[in-house]
Parts: sequence; structure tokens; C-alpha cells
Amino acid sequence: MHSTDWLQFALFLGLLALITKPIGLYLTQVLDPQGRTWLDPLIRPFENLTYRLMGVSPGKEHDWKGYTFAMLVFSIVGIVFTYAILRLQHLLPLNPQGLSALSPALAFNTAVSFTTNTNWQSYAGESTMSYLSQMVALTIHNFTSAAVGIGIAAALVRGIARHSATTLGSFWVDLIRTTYYLLLPLSLVFAVFLVSQGVIQNFKPSTTATLVEPQTIENVTTDTQTIVQGPMASQVAIKMLGTNGGGYTNANAAQPFENPTPLSNFIQMLSIFAIGSGLTWYLGKATGNQAHGWAVWSAMMLLFVAGTVVCWCAEAKGNPIHQSLGVLASNGNMEGKEVRFGIFNSSLFAVVTTSASCGAVNSMHDSFTALGGMVPLFMIELGEVVVGGVGAGLYGMLVFVILAVFIAGLMVGRTPEYLGKRIQAFEVKMAMLSLLVLTASILGFTAWAIASDWGLAGLNNSGPHGFSEVLYAFSSATGNNGSAFAGLTATPASGDVHYNTTLGLAMLIGRFLMIIPIMAIAGSLVIKKVSPPSSGTFPVSGPTFTLLLIGTVLLIGALNFLPALALGPVVEHFLTLNGSLF
Amino acid sequence: MKTLLTETRRALVSTLILAVVCCGLYPLAVTGISQLAFKDKANGSLITDKDGIVRGSTLLGQNFSGDGYFHPRPSAAGANGYDASASSGSNLGPTSQKLADQIKERVASYRAENDLAADQAVPADAVTASGSGLDPHISPANALLQVERVARARKLSPDQVKSLVTANTDEEDLGLLGDDGVNVLKLNLALDSIQ
Repeated sequence: MHSTDWLQFALFLGLLALITKPIGLYLTQVLDPQGRTWLDPLIRPFENLTYRLMGVSPGKEHDWKGYTFAMLVFSIVGIVFTYAILRLQHLLPLNPQGLSALSPALAFNTAVSFTTNTNWQSYAGESTMSYLSQMVALTIHNFTSAAVGIGIAAALVRGIARHSATTLGSFWVDLIRTTYYLLLPLSLVFAVFLVSQGVIQNFKPSTTATLVEPQTIENVTTDTQTIVQGPMASQVAIKMLGTNGGGYTNANAAQPFENPTPLSNFIQMLSIFAIGSGLTWYLGKATGNQAHGWAVWSAMMLLFVAGTVVCWCAEAKGNPIHQSLGVLASNGNMEGKEVRFGIFNSSLFAVVTTSASCGAVNSMHDSFTALGGMVPLFMIELGEVVVGGVGAGLYGMLVFVILAVFIAGLMVGRTPEYLGKRIQAFEVKMAMLSLLVLTASILGFTAWAIASDWGLAGLNNSGPHGFSEVLYAFSSATGNNGSAFAGLTATPASGDVHYNTTLGLAMLIGRFLMIIPIMAIAGSLVIKKVSPPSSGTFPVSGPTFTLLLIGTVLLIGALNFLPALALGPVVEHFLTLNGSLF
Repeated sequence: MKTLLTETRRALVSTLILAVVCCGLYPLAVTGISQLAFKDKANGSLITDKDGIVRGSTLLGQNFSGDGYFHPRPSAAGANGYDASASSGSNLGPTSQKLADQIKERVASYRAENDLAADQAVPADAVTASGSGLDPHISPANALLQVERVARARKLSPDQVKSLVTANTDEEDLGLLGDDGVNVLKLNLALDSIQ
């Protein structure tokens, strides 16, 4: 652990704190249909034209059922749209390599994956997807799934902030405004910055380079290198900002074209957190309690710092088995990591991407030490509420806020209140439902896979690490993260469809069976009256609240997942100390 | 039923509009700006020799095995490593027998190639595969251990080789971010250019 690593960490946290308010402020302008932004002169005409073509009157709002219904219809259309393109890929244009159509199970998995903001990739992009599939079928969801998430978060915040009302905003207006005013302009600027660092952006076919020293291995001589080309920067920018995470190449942000320099890496990490962090400020602004927004942000940051330090220490300490074979101990665990990022920036990226439901990786989590790899896994299992996916992180965290307020109310024997609204049985039931569904999906599918031949057939590692690969896969799918212990083969040559199907179902469950109860909470809160705060009101700001919120997140996460983690990373840690190999 | 039809129509129309804007106009705009402002980088930071032949990209590693060249990190990209169309890590875990065997073998050959003592610890990056399998860098410590071998094979003075190592080291961005790395392809091309 170098001293400059601490400085980088401090710089990261400091910059994140600094951009939170400006982004939050901009979000309040974007998420208010009447809001004015400095981009209005440029974008407003296109926005209005889009509404006209869609037949949407921007002033007309949805109630919670209408909002959820529109979101579901839009998502189903998105899944069918992508599924159709992937299945018909061989007949469609922009397929110079003549790639064949995807199998039904893989097309289902991929269509669901991108629609649910997961971007789990059961395939290697370079050799599976035509340019049309990459550019249209997949990329559209990088924007829309992010915009949908932000819209749901905004609807829940409106449910909290408004009183004696029924509507939560218009799904269509949120979708269009978020895409046009927030995601597109930010991505454009970010993409150009990435190109300035070396990320490629062109429409050329791949380049063949003549190797400086031809290599002969087992009588086969290699004298060329095929260098991928294509519109990469535009995709990388939105995959980070929209916490999608789907890589242009197989190695994602470890591949030097996707993430060439430490500076590009630093800004990519910041961009993963940018919108999610700004949404906490938006929460404070919209509810008229800025201290509440910062209290939620602080809870997220404390969990994030703790996770990062554990992961970083474990990776810096390295693997005692490899060190006994002659690897320099002070270098830490470099398997699956890039020299330009080193131990610290690889660990930090791993925790950022799993805290945030992004799923892009700049190092291979499968090759982390047992404890270092447990941190990303646990961050996903906490529900990705530490900043979280754009929108999804905030609405996930607000479920924990409701539970924290409820627990505080039980402890002091008063009816729990949240920002002046009484939290009653219905809200708590819905909050618990949204959490239990996730747990059941992760643990249920993992148990099924691990007890089945199809589940074991996909493993790249044996022993407890094999179990961790499966647990990570279903945690990542249910949490809509998309990162992986990537040794796992979900699309085997045998054509077995179990992994692609179950992972696809887990992604649907993790996205929609979480959103529906949350929208029901929003619908129930929006009609309530606000009672003025009294001496018995539990304040939702300040250190007491922050600690209670952290305690709630950890308590539920730990109770649900510690037994499973004990079977995977924890036992593997002790086996590593013991020198056991599989 | 009426709501279903209206909302489905809106979903279809918005999907098509957003496909045109986000998948058509947006990448075209980024490409246009990039090709004007950062042409070389947007096209892959390619290295071209005096005959106009592309020899690689400064950002992507290549394999080297001769004594006169600095050796890159082990690679898990493609069957023989450094396949730039199949980026990949090994994805082997901490208790993997296969990984431990690979590391044992790499440590032994690294020591033999560079005349190191049988108990000398070797830099981690020299015996582990990178995340992409295309890591263009090795650590400065790894490069320095290879200087003697390269200097001997090329009949250069070690100091001369060392100065090339320093000249081809990419330092931390802004003096703070990331770790120093020696660009192996650029360094080896620099060696070739003086002989």
C-alpha cells in the first residue's frame, strides 16, 4: 500500500462530494417537467417533437399503477425488440463477419440483461454480435434502462415529497427528459474525453498489425495481431454513466482500448457514482430536508469506504500460496490485474462497480484473493444501495430508510414517521417483500444450480471457489449488476440452456419484483397527509440516523447472506492460509 | 384495453425514436468530433514503421520471447496469449491448482532467463496474467531485472538499456494516479531502432 494510494482515495471521495450538489441541482431541473435547464434552447424543440410523435401530453401525470404499467409495457417492448434483432441477426444488415443468429436461450438472456440494466454477458462480444446488434439492439438499453431507473427513483421521491395527492409524474416525460437532458449530453462530453485518453472511436474494420517478433509455439508461428476497431468510446461513456457495465470487448474496462490510462480509469470510476450520488442531493432538495439527503449519502460513503479498505488490504497482502512459490510478497495479488492500475485502483474499481450496480470491471474478480473477492460479492448482496445503480440505488436505499425508521419507531414505542408521513403496515410489508424476493432469488437459484449437473458443468474453478462463482452469478443477475466471477461458462458448447434461462429469470425478478412493491409504497405515501414534527419525531438526519441506516443495511445483508458466504469465500480464505489447492 | 393500446404505441414509437437518437446520431457525433480532434487516438494509437506497415498499438501488448527483447507479462488472451481480438484474464481463483502450477513454472523460467538466485522473490507482474491479457506494461522492477540479459544479448551497456527503460516508462497520471509501467512494445522498438 503506497502513500499515494491514500491520496488518490481522498481525491476520489473529495471530488465525489464536490460534484454531488451540482449534479443533484441539475437533476432537480431535469426531473421537473416544467424545469428549465441551460440546454433548453437546444433540446426543447426535439423534446416537444418527440412528445407529439408519441402522442404524449407532457402535463398529464400517472398514478402509481399507471406509471408502473407504462414502465412495464415499455420494458416488454424493449425485450421483444432486442430479442427479435438478435434472433434475426443473420438476415439483418451490418453483419460483415456473417455471424449467425443467437440461440433462443442466449437471445432471451441478453435481451433481458440489457433491458434490466444488468448487462450480464453470456457471450464474447467480438465473436457473437454483429455491428447492428451491438449498436442498436444493445446500446439503446444503456440509455433507456438507466432513464427508467432514474424515473422510478424520481417517482418514489415525489411520493415522499408530495402529500394528499395521487400522481407521481409521467413515465414518458421522465424517460425522454432524462435521456435528452442528462444522459446524452453527459455521455457526449465524456466520450470525447475518453477518446483524448486513447479509447477508439471509428467505423473501420479491424486492423492487422505485423508483430515485431513473430512467435512460434508448438510449431505454429503467429506473426500478426488483429486489433479491434469500432465505435467504442460512445458505448463506454454511457455504460459507465448509466451504470450498465456491458463491455465492448470481453475484458471490459481492463482492455487497454476501453480504459487506456490511470486518468481515464479515475474518471470512469467517478462517472459510475456521479448520477447516483447526485440523486441523494435531489432527494434532499425535493423533500425540503437537505440534511436528510446528506445523511443518506454519508451512510453510503461509510459503507463504501469500509468495503474498499477491506478489499484493498486483502489484495495488497496477496496470496500466501503464490508467495511461497517465489512471488514477491510486497507486490500483492496481481493475477487478473493491469500494471497501470495496480492493486489500489483495481480494488477501488471493483468496489465502485459492485456498490453501484455497474458491473464493468478493470480487473478479474474471479482471481481476487478470497476476502478481496468477497467484498464485491457482498456489496452486490447488500442490494447495491451504496450509491447503487442510477435510480435503483436510491429507491433501494429508501426501502432501507423506511425499515430503519420502522425499527426506530419500535424501539421507542411510537408510530414510525418518515418526513411527516406515518409508516404503516402496508409500507413495511411492501419494503420487506422487495427485499425477500431478492434474497429468495439469489439463494434459491444458487442452491438449485449447485445441486445440479448443469450447474457444476459451467464451473472454471473447483472447491469452494466454484461455489463462489455460482453465488456471484446469481447475486450479480438478481442485483442487476452484470459483473461476474467470469470463469463461469453460462453458454456451454453442449447447448445447455439452464444458466441462460435461470440467470434471465433472476434478472427479471431483481428488476421488476423490486420495482412493483416500491411503486406501491410510493402510491401509498403520496396520498398521505403530512403531520408537523413533534418532540417524538425521529429525525432522519444527523449521525444517529446515519448509523441506524447503516446498521439496518448490514443487519439484513448479513442475516441473509453470511451462511452462504461462509461456504464460499470465508472457507476459501482459511484454505488459502492452509495452502490447500483444488 | 384502451390504455394498453395507447401505452404500447407510445412504447414502440419512443423505442424507435430513441434508437435513432442514441444509437445513430449520438455515436456519429462522437465519431465526428473524435476524428477531427484526436484522429490518431480514435483510430487505435497505431505504430507504423518507415515502410508504412502497422506494427501494433502503443496501448496493446505483444508477446516477446527472445533474449534481446524485454518480455511482457504472461497472457491469457487467446490460445497463445496476446490475441487482441480475444481479450481475457485467466479467471483462475486463489486456490486453483492450475494457477499455482503455472506460477511455479513461470517463476523458475524467469529466474533462469535472468540469472537470478534460486531463492530470489520475483516481481508479481512477471509471473501473473493480466486482466485483459493485453497489458502493455511491466513494472519498473520487472524491467530492471531483465536489463542485464537484454544488454548482453544486444552487446550494449546496461546503462544504455536502463536509460531506454526510463525513457519508455509511463508515469503516474498527474504524478498521483495509477502505477508506473514500462511500455514493453515501445521499449523493444526503441532497442531495435538503435541497432
